[in-house]
Amino acid sequence: MNIADRFKRARQKYGILLVLILLFIIATLLNSNFLSTRNLANISKQVSITTILAFGETILIISGMLDLSNGSVLALAGLISVSVFKMSGSLLLAFLVAIIVAVICNIINGLMVTKFKTPPFIATLAMMAMARGAALLYTNGQNIYQIGDYTIFGQGAILGIPTPIIFLVIIAFVTWYILQHTRLGRSLYAIGGNEEAAVASGVNINKNKMKAYIINGVFVGIAGVIFMSRVNAGLPNGGQGFEFEALTSSIIGGTSFSGGIGTAGGTVIGAFIVGTLNNIMNLSAVNSYLQQIIRGAIIALAVIYDTYSKNMRVESQKGEIKVEDDDKDDENEDNNS
Amino acid sequence: MDKDIKLKIEGVNKSFPGVKALDDINFSVKKGSVHVLCGENGAGKSTLMKIINGIYNQDSGEIYIDGELVDINSPVEAQDHGISMIFQELNYVPEMTVEENFVAGRWPTNKFGKVNWKKARETAKNLLEEEGLDYSLDTKLKNLTISDIQLLEISKAVSYDSDIIIMDEPTSAISDKEIEVLFDKINSLRDRGKSIIYISHKMDEIFQIADEITVLRDGKVVATEKAEDLSEDKVVSLMVGRELSKTFPKADIEIGKKIFEVKNLSRKNVISDINFDVHRGEIVGFAGLVGAGRTEVMRALFGLDRFDSAEIKIKGKKAEITNTSDSIDNGLVMLSEDRHRYGIIPVRSVRENITLSNLEDYIYGGRLHAKEEREEVEDISGKLNIKTPSIETAVSSLSGGNQQKVILAKWLVNDPDVFLLDEPTRGIDVGAKYEIYKLMVELAKEGKGIVMVSSELPELIGMCDRIYVMSEGRITGELKREEFSQEAIMKYAIGS
Repeated sequence: MNIADRFKRARQKYGILLVLILLFIIATLLNSNFLSTRNLANISKQVSITTILAFGETILIISGMLDLSNGSVLALAGLISVSVFKMSGSLLLAFLVAIIVAVICNIINGLMVTKFKTPPFIATLAMMAMARGAALLYTNGQNIYQIGDYTIFGQGAILGIPTPIIFLVIIAFVTWYILQHTRLGRSLYAIGGNEEAAVASGVNINKNKMKAYIINGVFVGIAGVIFMSRVNAGLPNGGQGFEFEALTSSIIGGTSFSGGIGTAGGTVIGAFIVGTLNNIMNLSAVNSYLQQIIRGAIIALAVIYDTYSKNMRVESQKGEIKVEDDDKDDENEDNNS
Repeated sequence: MDKDIKLKIEGVNKSFPGVKALDDINFSVKKGSVHVLCGENGAGKSTLMKIINGIYNQDSGEIYIDGELVDINSPVEAQDHGISMIFQELNYVPEMTVEENFVAGRWPTNKFGKVNWKKARETAKNLLEEEGLDYSLDTKLKNLTISDIQLLEISKAVSYDSDIIIMDEPTSAISDKEIEVLFDKINSLRDRGKSIIYISHKMDEIFQIADEITVLRDGKVVATEKAEDLSEDKVVSLMVGRELSKTFPKADIEIGKKIFEVKNLSRKNVISDINFDVHRGEIVGFAGLVGAGRTEVMRALFGLDRFDSAEIKIKGKKAEITNTSDSIDNGLVMLSEDRHRYGIIPVRSVRENITLSNLEDYIYGGRLHAKEEREEVEDISGKLNIKTPSIETAVSSLSGGNQQKVILAKWLVNDPDVFLLDEPTRGIDVGAKYEIYKLMVELAKEGKGIVMVSSELPELIGMCDRIYVMSEGRITGELKREEFSQEAIMKYAIGS
């Protein structure tokens, strides 16, 4: 096997991780403080909310769906949660309320998609508007301040580890576990990979799609709590554009928009690529309008790359048996020597 | 240079990462002749045709048309050189009308790019008349049968004034009667001096239509002969590189108790009053023309389509089937005729495809036990001789025959009692076909009940113990093994 092939295989296997490492190197060269624990923890905290949303997106995109409403639902769930806390003083109750609100919104998403066969894009676009409207209506557009102990969810720490990072790690684990080790995960990959074949294999499509939205709801609810806690207020206008960041993270992390492909690990890397890039741009004082253009270009590039690499795969395989086999290669090399 | 040679290919090589697809191919096609290209899947037929059609570029070697060296880089350039290709899997827009389909890609426009629909309509109408087709121009393609669309595609290819027409397994989706129409068409094209390259697996039709035959194996040309100098057996042994002992491995198996019974299966306007039964160890065939309702019967029984009424008994027990998981739970599984659509999850691995329908077997306390799953998959893929670099390889990169084996493996790990096999050997190569026949016999020996739908009569006659014949949504005949003949089956199939 020649060097080009080796490089190609390495790129296929570790592609996005290499990009992240490259970014880390560039960032360190630009700013020697980049690799400090403090700055890395900072990036983690910054990306924690959109990464949690990105896990939901990954689960949905794998099964051939998506969520555009997570930014709005996050605001609605977080806002109601904050007001419940102010009324009751119970952190646990407030936390649960956020999850319940977000799950209800996502059950509606799921019903639109499964029962009424609305395309997920349209269903969640509608929810995006409805949830935002509901949040604004709830406080009549006013912010809620003086949220007291509620800040523990976003600003606290356990054993020195900031709470958002703890949530992030737990949700990353849950996502990984669902996708790798449960029947639900397998069913979602199958549904996204070929829905009709999944039906013909006895997979219950509607039930599994609904479960995917409910899980997404739980994640969005938790993200809502962390968000309001981090900003020290209940903001009915919060979370705008989060759906974009979450989708970008998921897709850069290797989740294929055509469904059936994606991992939790990839999503983490994707989110950190987005986070690091933002961090670099801020540290190097890139004009914020220009930053938006760059962010937009990145998602376009990620999708182009996904389509391109898929075509390459198909090209090299059309009708032919692929005989790329590590063992075989090794044997040949032995024979040659 | 020989004046009669239309297309000549010299020393063409093509490699893909890790595989040499074509190895020094020499091949030529005469004017006014039908040249059949055969070989197992993966032999390089499709790759060669895609090079001629400009979809791939060869690594080395030359293509000559009328003795002139040509360089073809895209299907459009191929068309300019008078080459048209009709693909095995037709790509068409169901909502398009016949007219739109005919003029697609060459709309008559004015200088601002506005389509002159009147002129388009005239062109399309003239073309249809020339080709002797009597479809209304406004018929939507979704309302035509696959064979109609195939004929339409061929007419379209001719209308581009193509001199070289490549047909990639054009009969894989159409019935015997429609094949005749297709062959008439091909014969008239030959008489008009066109060169036709015809790719097929089916021996009987190869010898009906071929003037010359070229056999490919492992990317090399192993023989080019006049059709009259070859026999079916000879072609098959050239294709697989070994003599096949027997085409059908049918064995004498004791027929046991009734295992599957269907009474009064009906679905309005589709199928009516279907009654049949299958015994342990029995292979029961379903014959009929395309559109006779055989696939619809299988789909309904498997829970993919609704039906109005039916009484279904499996192992003597009444089975309520409303969806596919009901039928799987009752020990009834189906292999679809369309494996791309209803069979495989292309982007996922061999392992995940095989265990999709019995995941609960590896789950304890909500956790999937990967080791047991892997062992079972390794075991079954060894038994079925699935050729794959590893069980983690995506199914999309396997050949058709191996994809079919993956789907069979998915059902075998479920250990069902009744198999509904709808065209189990469609579009797969001779070697894999034989392996699937052997598997069917083994399953019968284990006392399973097997239903096989097929449009290839020799296959049904060779493999089945009994054959039901369908016509227009009804069972019109039932034949025992001693009564089997192509004529008897066709008589019922036409419904006379």
